[in-house]
Amino acid sequence: MNTVADLGGAMGFGPVLPEPEDEVFHAEWERRALALTLAAASPGRWTIDASRSARESLPPGEYLTSSYYAIWIKALERLLVHAGLVGSDELAAGRSLRPGTPARVLAAAEVPAVLATGSRADRPVDPPPRFAVGEQVRTRNTHPTGHTRLPRYARGKAGVVERVHGAHVLPDSNAHGAGERPEWLYTVRFTGVELWGGEADPGLSVEIEAFESYLAP
Amino acid sequence: MGNEPEMALRVEALEAILVEKGYVEPDALDAIIATYERDVGPRNGAHVVARSWTDPAYRERLLADATAAIAELGYGGRQGEHMVAVENSADEHHVVVCTLCSCYPWPVLGLPPTWYKSPAYRSRVVIDPRGVLADFGVTLPDTTRITVHDSTAEVRYLVVPRRPAGTTGWSEERLAAIVSRDSMIGTGLVTV
Repeated sequence: MNTVADLGGAMGFGPVLPEPEDEVFHAEWERRALALTLAAASPGRWTIDASRSARESLPPGEYLTSSYYAIWIKALERLLVHAGLVGSDELAAGRSLRPGTPARVLAAAEVPAVLATGSRADRPVDPPPRFAVGEQVRTRNTHPTGHTRLPRYARGKAGVVERVHGAHVLPDSNAHGAGERPEWLYTVRFTGVELWGGEADPGLSVEIEAFESYLAP
Repeated sequence: MGNEPEMALRVEALEAILVEKGYVEPDALDAIIATYERDVGPRNGAHVVARSWTDPAYRERLLADATAAIAELGYGGRQGEHMVAVENSADEHHVVVCTLCSCYPWPVLGLPPTWYKSPAYRSRVVIDPRGVLADFGVTLPDTTRITVHDSTAEVRYLVVPRRPAGTTGWSEERLAAIVSRDSMIGTGLVTV
């Protein structure tokens, strides 16, 4: 989807406002929003890709006028309703109206190990990578209606393969419950001039991670 | 943000629903918050950088396989499963962003600051990085090339900033204390 979350190159948002290192949360509810989002994934009814997709596909006006943890909470509500774990009537009522279904619940004692382990995205695949480090490639000019991780500013652009990372879960498929379909993942380097034209900073390069199907053969 | 006053109530209600339905344990929420407020933050990354500055063999391992080298110091896990370290020099300066959302290397830097997630940063740093650096009070010579890493997949980046002059002989601990979070994202420089 060409979402408003795909912000690279957009203009008019004003200056960046630096913050001190210890200011990670600005309200108590932001702490709870972070923790709820992480803990509520424990029943395993959605993937990290589905969760990103739910955030990025919020209505554009709502996305741009919500703070980041508000976006997380709105997306979490959508995921919970879509998964059938919570009813939209319960969200409207602000309380539980019926018992939950049995689910795998994250216990407090598990938290340190779960966070310290994480969840790798690389998967073994049979075919070798199609592209090698140093090879010239071009990203596809594509406008998928589903989730994608190919930013608009880097579509249809010529670049060079900088790194080959192994095969990783394909978000475009996994976000929609269509399976992991792992693909080789590459870092592709573009010049600023290729992305932004002749007025770009001549010393600028931008790198993205591109799945193999993002690249033209 | 106009919709923010209602968020506290909305989150409180959602937590109550999830707890009541048995999907979430309140103690687990507290444990998650404690982890990122107390244990996992930019001091981890500063430790990695200081080690890289003082131990050439470690630096080589970090640049070759950052996930493994960072794990040597005891850091890893969620949002740091696939790490790459990039080192600043006089010729090349690295800056990290996620233009699509807020991808960030949690095990070494903790949770991202608000500006990292903001439309202002995400939109501009890929097209006008020197303008963004100026917002942080950072000016680089025109001869320093800038590479912006847009972390669009599950690979996460740690910038190894330049070690400042005047720190010869400093211990790893003393060096780690001067490594700022922003310097490891690429929006700051380390100074003494």
